[in-house]
Amino acid sequence: MTDQAYNFAYLDEQTKRMIRRAILKGVAVPGYQVPFASREMPMPYGWGTGGVQVTAACLTPEDVLKVIDQGADDTTNAVSIRKFFQRTAGVATTEATAEATVIQTRHRIPEAPLTEDQILVYQVPIPEPLRFLEPRETETRKMHSLEEYGLMHVKLYEDIARHGHIATAYAYPVKVEGRYVMDPSPIPRFDNPKLSGSPALQLFGAGREQRIYALPPYSRAVSLDFEDHPFEASKAPHDCDLCGASDSYLDEVITDDQGGRMFVCSDTDHCRCRRAAGHVGRLGAPVAEGVA
Amino acid sequence: MYVAVKGGERAIDNAHAWLAEERRGDPSVADLTIPQIREQLRLAVNRVMAEGSLYDPDLAALAIKQARGDLIEAVFLIRAYRTTLPRHGVSLPVETAQMAVARRISATFKDAPGGQVLGPTFDYTHRLLDFTLAANGEAPVAPRAPAAPGMVPHITSFLNRDGMIEDAPRDDTLPPDLTREPMELPASRATRLQAIARGDEGFILSLAYSTQRGYGRTHAFVGELRIGMVAVEMEVPELGFAICIGEIEVTECETVNQFKGSRTEPPQFTRGYGLTFGQNERKSIAMSLVDRALRWKELGEDFTGAPAQDEEFVLMHADNVQATGFLEHIKLPHYVDFQSELELVRKLRAEVEASAMREAAE
Repeated sequence: MTDQAYNFAYLDEQTKRMIRRAILKGVAVPGYQVPFASREMPMPYGWGTGGVQVTAACLTPEDVLKVIDQGADDTTNAVSIRKFFQRTAGVATTEATAEATVIQTRHRIPEAPLTEDQILVYQVPIPEPLRFLEPRETETRKMHSLEEYGLMHVKLYEDIARHGHIATAYAYPVKVEGRYVMDPSPIPRFDNPKLSGSPALQLFGAGREQRIYALPPYSRAVSLDFEDHPFEASKAPHDCDLCGASDSYLDEVITDDQGGRMFVCSDTDHCRCRRAAGHVGRLGAPVAEGVA
Repeated sequence: MYVAVKGGERAIDNAHAWLAEERRGDPSVADLTIPQIREQLRLAVNRVMAEGSLYDPDLAALAIKQARGDLIEAVFLIRAYRTTLPRHGVSLPVETAQMAVARRISATFKDAPGGQVLGPTFDYTHRLLDFTLAANGEAPVAPRAPAAPGMVPHITSFLNRDGMIEDAPRDDTLPPDLTREPMELPASRATRLQAIARGDEGFILSLAYSTQRGYGRTHAFVGELRIGMVAVEMEVPELGFAICIGEIEVTECETVNQFKGSRTEPPQFTRGYGLTFGQNERKSIAMSLVDRALRWKELGEDFTGAPAQDEEFVLMHADNVQATGFLEHIKLPHYVDFQSELELVRKLRAEVEASAMREAAE
């Protein structure tokens, strides 16, 4: 069901070429933010226009697309973006991480390990990791070109001095291949270790800010830390109440007004696969009964 | 129970259906037509065309109808449509000196060649609600006069003759297209003007107002404000000459600003410039004030830290489609990030409580 009024995957071929050139430059200089002439998209800025443009430039008719938001395939914005590509590109879609060739994500990296045949596209709100330390783009670009990252370390140090910990829970900055400090998009820092050495190509698109950057397969992305305060990936100290997973990132769900709550995998496909394989959590029912 | 937490396709479809119904309102009231909006809400149409960067009154009227009168949403609809259109070429600069003026005023000279033409303006109306409009009162027919023949020269060209105002030599460098190239800073004046022309009227208005109140003061006079139709000409390579491809209505404002001179420039008046689609006086005057404020560096003035002087601040925050998108995106789910913050705050609190307990025990 492709909409004939628009080109394949919405954008015209010239625009896709322009985006692909930016992507190639990003791949050639890992972690470097490449300016690109972001187009106005039919969804608002902040809804993933950068990710959508990168996905549109990567898609081929043979691709199988998965779209997640907060780790889930069924969140409204994920549904909306998936529908957009079903309509404009007519590509096959899936919820299974392993079956997808292109995965567009907001705020999470899937739990299942990715492969060389996959592209992970991140939606990025603020691509500049130094932005909250220095609001001026003209300054931060200079800082990147001079590799002047002292300010960032001072900020992390001040966190430790004040709180005893680095108080950055998501969008935790990484240094890519020993050169550029990069914002991994607002993924929880639990996901940071998955950025490094991934066999998949990781692309980052920021539409409003007109930037694209990339982590080529198997590139090194080190979360910033100190020798005596090493980086720590953290999550809620619970197991998933539906599938019992102890090693996946969990969402907290308030279940009543008496303080009752449950913890469930944020990655819905991961949770579904585990339950299908017979794992049952504290509140989970066997999968045959069709829970969630 | 858990299913209800996450959204779904059905929720979206139902929400869209409800929205469509709300847009229509009470079906016993007649449906608005596109020509009605185009003709009777023309200033709204003009604003949508200006900020949408697309001169098409019918599409702008459609966007206003679809957006339920939310003009920023209408601008967004127009932008999202515009982005899919092929770019066939670039027109020649419009010759505003050749404009068929419907309104043309100068605040700096009582009279000048071409005369003062008030035109259709709210300026001297008394803002009293006209209840005859509610009772379907028909508008009176305005008296007619024959159009003045010939071109109407710009007021600033008179000042320019004796060097009282900075020269603005013709520059035929092709300006960059913000919709095709990423914005680079520092930006050229052409880029700045382009961004401000697309920028939110309210934002540009407030910035301009702030310069009047002392935040980057530029002592502006409206040298000239003119509104009217101009021909759009384009050179067609196959023909080898320019042909007129249509007419558009624009509002042009040139401010004359006091300037005491600097290390590099003699005392003379300087200029600010504003141009918008359609009749849009507030926007084009505000634009010319902000343009002038942003020129401090080129004129050797001091940077006083005023927001309107700060190119990066102005250009990065003027676009209302970008601003509203990013502002409203915080409605989208953020539970993953919030969860990680929750864990962090719990951890920090636990440590604070533990150390308080230790201190109490000591």
